[in-house]
Amino acid sequence: MRIPFSYNIRNLVVRKTTTIMTALGIALTVAVLLSVLALVNGLQTSLRSSGDPKRILVMRKGATAELTSGVTRQAFQDLKFKPGIARDSAGQPLASLEIVTVINLPSVDSEAGMNVTTRGLLQPGIEIRNLKLAEGRWFESGRRELVVGKGIAARYPDARLGGTLKFGKGEWTVVGVVDAGTGPINSEILGDLNQVAGDLNRMEGLSAMWLVAEDEITAKSLINSINDDVKLTAQAKSEVEYLEAQTSSAAPIQFIGIFVSLIMAVGSSFAAMNTMYAAVSRRAREVGTLRVLGFSKGSILTSFFLESLVLALVGGVLGCLLALPLNGLTTGVGNNLTFSEIAFNFRVGPDTMATGIVFALVMGALGGLFPARSAARKEILTALREI
Amino acid sequence: MIRHIPLIFKNAIRNRRRTLLTVASIAASFALLGTLAAMYRALFWSDPVPGQELRLMTRHRVSLTQSMPASYEQKIRAVPGVQAVSIVNWFGGTYKDEQRDRSNMFARFSTDPANFFEVRPDVKIAEDQKQAFLRNRRGAIAGKTLAAKKGWRIGERINLTGDIWPVNLELELVGTYEEATDDESLYFHHEYIRESFPQRSARRDLVGLFWIRVDSADSVPRVSKAIDTMFENSPAQTRTESELAFGLAFAAFLGNIKLFLAAICGAIVFTILLVTANTVAMSVRERKREVGILKTLGYTPSAVLSIILGEAAVISVLGGALGLFLAMVLAAGIRQGPAVFQQLKQVYITPTVALAGIAAALLIGVASSFTPAWNASRTPILTALRATD
Repeated sequence: MRIPFSYNIRNLVVRKTTTIMTALGIALTVAVLLSVLALVNGLQTSLRSSGDPKRILVMRKGATAELTSGVTRQAFQDLKFKPGIARDSAGQPLASLEIVTVINLPSVDSEAGMNVTTRGLLQPGIEIRNLKLAEGRWFESGRRELVVGKGIAARYPDARLGGTLKFGKGEWTVVGVVDAGTGPINSEILGDLNQVAGDLNRMEGLSAMWLVAEDEITAKSLINSINDDVKLTAQAKSEVEYLEAQTSSAAPIQFIGIFVSLIMAVGSSFAAMNTMYAAVSRRAREVGTLRVLGFSKGSILTSFFLESLVLALVGGVLGCLLALPLNGLTTGVGNNLTFSEIAFNFRVGPDTMATGIVFALVMGALGGLFPARSAARKEILTALREI
Repeated sequence: MIRHIPLIFKNAIRNRRRTLLTVASIAASFALLGTLAAMYRALFWSDPVPGQELRLMTRHRVSLTQSMPASYEQKIRAVPGVQAVSIVNWFGGTYKDEQRDRSNMFARFSTDPANFFEVRPDVKIAEDQKQAFLRNRRGAIAGKTLAAKKGWRIGERINLTGDIWPVNLELELVGTYEEATDDESLYFHHEYIRESFPQRSARRDLVGLFWIRVDSADSVPRVSKAIDTMFENSPAQTRTESELAFGLAFAAFLGNIKLFLAAICGAIVFTILLVTANTVAMSVRERKREVGILKTLGYTPSAVLSIILGEAAVISVLGGALGLFLAMVLAAGIRQGPAVFQQLKQVYITPTVALAGIAAALLIGVASSFTPAWNASRTPILTALRATD
C-alpha cells in the first residue's frame, strides 16, 4: 500500500525553513547551469536559425574564415557567370564580392574596446541576405557611409544612427540601421565595397564572395563545381555549414559553466542528503508507527525518496524562475572564427528549463536515496522507542 | 570562549554523518570558490611577471588585424626611455591537419630574432641554439612545453601554410626556449615572410605589432603616450598599451569574464550560507533541551551563543580548508590545460587567496548560524526544557 503523497507535502510545509533553504541551494545550482545553457543556446539559435542552405560563401582554398581568406577581382568575374546562380529582377547574378576587416570600438561592456566585423559589399550583397532597413537609409557608393546591424547599434555608443567612426582614411557616418534578425549581419558594420577597400589600401586584396543558388539542389552542384574548378583555387561552402563552425565560440564558457554546475551539484546533493537524514531521524517514531499500521518497507522507501524528489523539484522550479529574467537579454561573446564580437540574446527555452528540472531531480535522487533506505531499514521496535 | 573549545568539538562530531555531509558540501563549494578566486586574481590582480611591467605593445589603432609600416620601428626606437623594439606578427596559417586535430593549433609569430631577445631578456635559451636561430633565416624556436607536447626535436621540419600572410613556410626547429608566461609559441624570422613577397608588393613592409621594452616602469605611461602622439597624424595611427593590458583584451574577447566570475562566486557564497545555516538550524532544533540543561548548570546566554557559533565556525572552516586543498588540485589542472590565454598559467592558490578563503569560511559560518544561535541562547530555561524535539 502506498503512503499518501499529501503526507510528504505536509512534512515539507511543516519544516518550511529547512525546506526553503535546501530548495534554494538546489535552485542556485540550477540557475548557474541554466544561465550558461541559455548563453550557449542563444548563440546556437542565433547562428543556426539564420543560415540559408541556398547562400554560398566562396573563400580561398584552405581558409576557414572570411577574415583570413583572400580573393581577387578576376576570380569574381570568373565566378559570377557560373550556371545555377540566382538572378535579380534585372537579370544580374546575385553574387557579391566582399572585403572583411575588423575594427575595435568601445562597447557598453568594455571601454577598452571590442572587435567588430566591418564588411564592404556590392549592391547584390544586400539582396543576397534579404536585408531590411530598420532606420535611416542605405550607404551610397563613393561616400564614407555605413549601415550597422541592430546588435551593433545597441551595444556600441559610437555606432548609433548618426554617429561617426574613424578608420581607413577618414571619418565614416552611420546612416542606417539594418534589422538582420538573429543573423550574423546583426553584429556587423556594412559599407560600400570600393570605398572600404580603397580606404584600407586593399583594392585587390579582397576577402570573399557570397552568392545565392537558384534552389537547394543547384546549391550543392554549384558548390561542387566551384571546388572542382582548378582555375579558381577557391573553396565554397553553404552558409549553414559556415555558421555551424562558429557555434564552437561558446565552448570555453560552456565548459567552465558545466564544470562549475557539476561541482555545485555535488555540494547541493550533500546538502539535500543532510536535510533528508534529519527528516528521517526526526520522524523515526512516525516511521515505526507507519510500519505497525502495515505499510511495507518498500512504501516507506518510496515515500521518503519521493519527498526528496519533491524538495528538489521545488528547487528546480525556483532555479528556472531565477534564470528566466535572462531570457531575451542581449550579450556578446568573441567569435573564434571571425575574431570579432557576436551579439545575441540569452535564450531560456522550454528545453533548457526541462534540463534544469531534470538536473534538480538528479540532485534530489542522489540526496534522497540513502536517507530513504535508512528509514526503510529501521526495526519497528527500535524506531518506536527512538525519541 | 577558550574553555568551551572541547565542548564545541564534541558537539561538532556528535552527529558525525551530518558534520561529514556538511563539510563535504562546503568543501565542494569552496573548491570552486577558491579556483575562481585564483582565476580572478590571475586575470585582474596579478603582479606582472618579472620583466613584463617594462614591456609595451603597439598596434594599429583601428584593430589588431590592420598592419603598420615597418618603418615605425626606427621612430619608436628614438623615443626617450625606449630600450629595445622588435616587430612581431601573428602568422596564423595552418600546421598539418589542425582543422581536425586541435592540438596542432598553437601560436606562431614572425619576429626579428636579434631584437626579440633584446625586448625579452628573460627568455632562456641555450647560447648555441640562440646563435643558430640568429644565423638561420629559416630557423625557428619553440617554447619547451610546445616542443614537448608535439614531440619535436632540434632539426624538426615545420611546414606552415599561410592565410593572413599568403606564403608557405618550411621552417627548421633550431632551439627551444623557456619563459614564465609564454612557452607554447613558435617564433621565426619575419625576413623569411618578407622575402616571399614580390619586390613591389605593398605587404612586404607592413607589420602587425611592435614589442617594446622601456628603461623603467615609471616610463611606461609617458612612452606609450609619446608613441601614440607621434603617429597621430599618419595614415596608420597606433595604440600602445602595457603587455598585461594587451593580454587582458584577449580575455575580454571570451565575454564579460569579470561579471561571469563575480556572478558565479556570488551564487556559490550564497549556497554555502544556506547549507551552513540549515545544518546549524537543524542541530540547534534537536538540542533545545540540552541548551536548557546547560543553562540550568549556569551557562550564560552569551556562553551558549558562543558555543553554537563556534561549532558552526569549526564546521565551516574545516569545509573551507578541505575545499581550498581541492582548489589547489583544480588550479594545477588548469595550469596544465590549454593556454587559452597566458594568465591561466598563473592560476595559483596563493597564501592571500587561501587566507581570504579561510576568513570567508569563518565569516560565513558565524553569519549563517547567528539567528538560530541567538534564538537558542535567548530561550527561557523552562521553555527549552519542555521542548520535545
